[in-house]
Amino acid sequence: MFELLGVPPQALFGQLLLGLINGAFYAILSLGLAVIFGLLNVINFAHGAQYMMGAFATWMLLQYFGVPYWGALVAAPVLVGIFGMLLERLFLSRLYHLDHLYGLLLTFGLALIIEGLFRQQFGSSGLPYTNPIPGGANLGFMFLPYYRAWVVAFSLFVCFGTWFLIEKTKLGSYLRAATEKRDLVQAFGVNVPRMITLTYGFGVGLAALAGVLAAPIYTVNPLMGSNLIIVVFAVVVIGGMGSILGAILTGFGLGIVEGFTKVFYPEASNTVIFILMAIVLMIRPAGLFGTQR
Amino acid sequence: MAEAGAALLKVKDLHAWYGESHILHGVDFEVHQGQVVTLLGRNGAGKTTTLRAIIGLLRRREGSILCEGAETIRLPSNRIARLGLAYCPEERGIFASLNVRENLLLPPVVKPGGMTEEEVHRLFPQLQARAASQGTKLSGGEQQMLAIARILRTGARLLLLDEPTEGLAPVIVRQIGTIIRTLKQRGFTILLVEQNFHFAATVSDCHYVVEHGHIIDRIDNRELAANRSKLEAYLGV
Ligand SMILES: Nc1ncnc2c1ncn2[C@@H]1O[C@H](COP(=O)(O)OP(=O)(O)O)[C@@H](O)[C@H]1O
Ligand SMILES: [Mg+2]
Repeated sequence: MFELLGVPPQALFGQLLLGLINGAFYAILSLGLAVIFGLLNVINFAHGAQYMMGAFATWMLLQYFGVPYWGALVAAPVLVGIFGMLLERLFLSRLYHLDHLYGLLLTFGLALIIEGLFRQQFGSSGLPYTNPIPGGANLGFMFLPYYRAWVVAFSLFVCFGTWFLIEKTKLGSYLRAATEKRDLVQAFGVNVPRMITLTYGFGVGLAALAGVLAAPIYTVNPLMGSNLIIVVFAVVVIGGMGSILGAILTGFGLGIVEGFTKVFYPEASNTVIFILMAIVLMIRPAGLFGTQR
Repeated sequence: MAEAGAALLKVKDLHAWYGESHILHGVDFEVHQGQVVTLLGRNGAGKTTTLRAIIGLLRRREGSILCEGAETIRLPSNRIARLGLAYCPEERGIFASLNVRENLLLPPVVKPGGMTEEEVHRLFPQLQARAASQGTKLSGGEQQMLAIARILRTGARLLLLDEPTEGLAPVIVRQIGTIIRTLKQRGFTILLVEQNFHFAATVSDCHYVVEHGHIIDRIDNRELAANRSKLEAYLGV
């Protein structure tokens, strides 16, 4: 058995896996934020609440309708995404000609309302959700729970699938073009308002998907989103708003950094991302992959 | 001859605003089927604003813009484009996040009968070789070619071209002149914005002079020589 700087491999790889799991959530959430910000120019502060809604939708689908995890994996993001599209049509779409700040304030307010309603209804102690893939494999150097392996693998698939969709397909070329020059794309005959609604729905659906993945790991709790989203915004600041691939790489990378910090210097594990954020802000204010706009 | 076709585009008493500033003060003109018509005028006269108003890119516009008889003044720009209008902006509007081919294929087909990608490449051979380059890595002339090329595939019959020769070398200006004449032969109708009336004279059927958001004169291309001194005074050249 080898040891690294006096750290047993069980602990090291265990934390690495935890880091990857957190990184997966950071990546999916910051990806959704980046897609929304790119096209809508809105910093979606309701993202955490929408992630929480994804977890609750998963729980409710099982509890009230008997829909198992695998059904919720599809249904919850779709339902929460549709809810997002309604928000966009009813409220957000009225703010596009105003400053960024209005969208931010609106989504922040919506997040508070949504979280308040869920707390009112379900309390804040949290609801358990049964692990759909119990058990795990002993790899010798570590124990690998199957569900966590699934979360990491599926998140990678979702992230790179989204990257491929945006960067390599015709549909993605509309999104990229509209992100640059929305008016011109519309003047070519593309129904950009509808595209904006669908894109917001897609970004919200991604947040909800992260919520589905989280339900069996963390307890389903009305405040689960607001705790996570603060770190995700730090991740976004580090990665920069400009790039899809940047959001993915920064998300996973920072999860891993956090995991290693837990092993080597646990005292800093809750703050390391914010320290990195401060450093990046000093050296590259637009973020590692960001472009000034 | 110039008035032979039906009015494809009829602009009447067009007013337009940028925020609070009232830029167009009642613009009137027509473009007939198969014609090349120019809007001439000094910098800041309102030529670009007129094109942007026609394609629906301004938040506030009033008056009447009939396209094949259909009123478009209250339509959003995507619906206007679907009537068969296509816009090539003054700043060219090439997308940096798209490669040349993606830029070329971006505008959706709005009507049948547009050029195929192959026909477009025959007209603009230099674009094919650069298909995988980032759109904005092209030279200014190539970007202008790309900006024109991409609206030929869409089936739009009325092209709005805003100063396609601006800032380009004489050899490229001549190339663009050839292309505009070819497009006219193929039956496209073109509304061209120009400051360079020497160039406009080589491609257009008729010229409208724009000043301070009004049309102040209309000169048939055949009468251009006779009106040369008047035109020079309008344009301050
Ligand atoms: N985005 C804008 N906001 C405010 N004013 C503008 C804007 N664009 C153009 N203008 C003003 O509108 C007038 C007409 O401009 P424009 O149509 O671009 O002129 P031209 O194309 O004939 O050179 C000018 O006085 C210009 O300053
Ligand atoms: Mg202009």
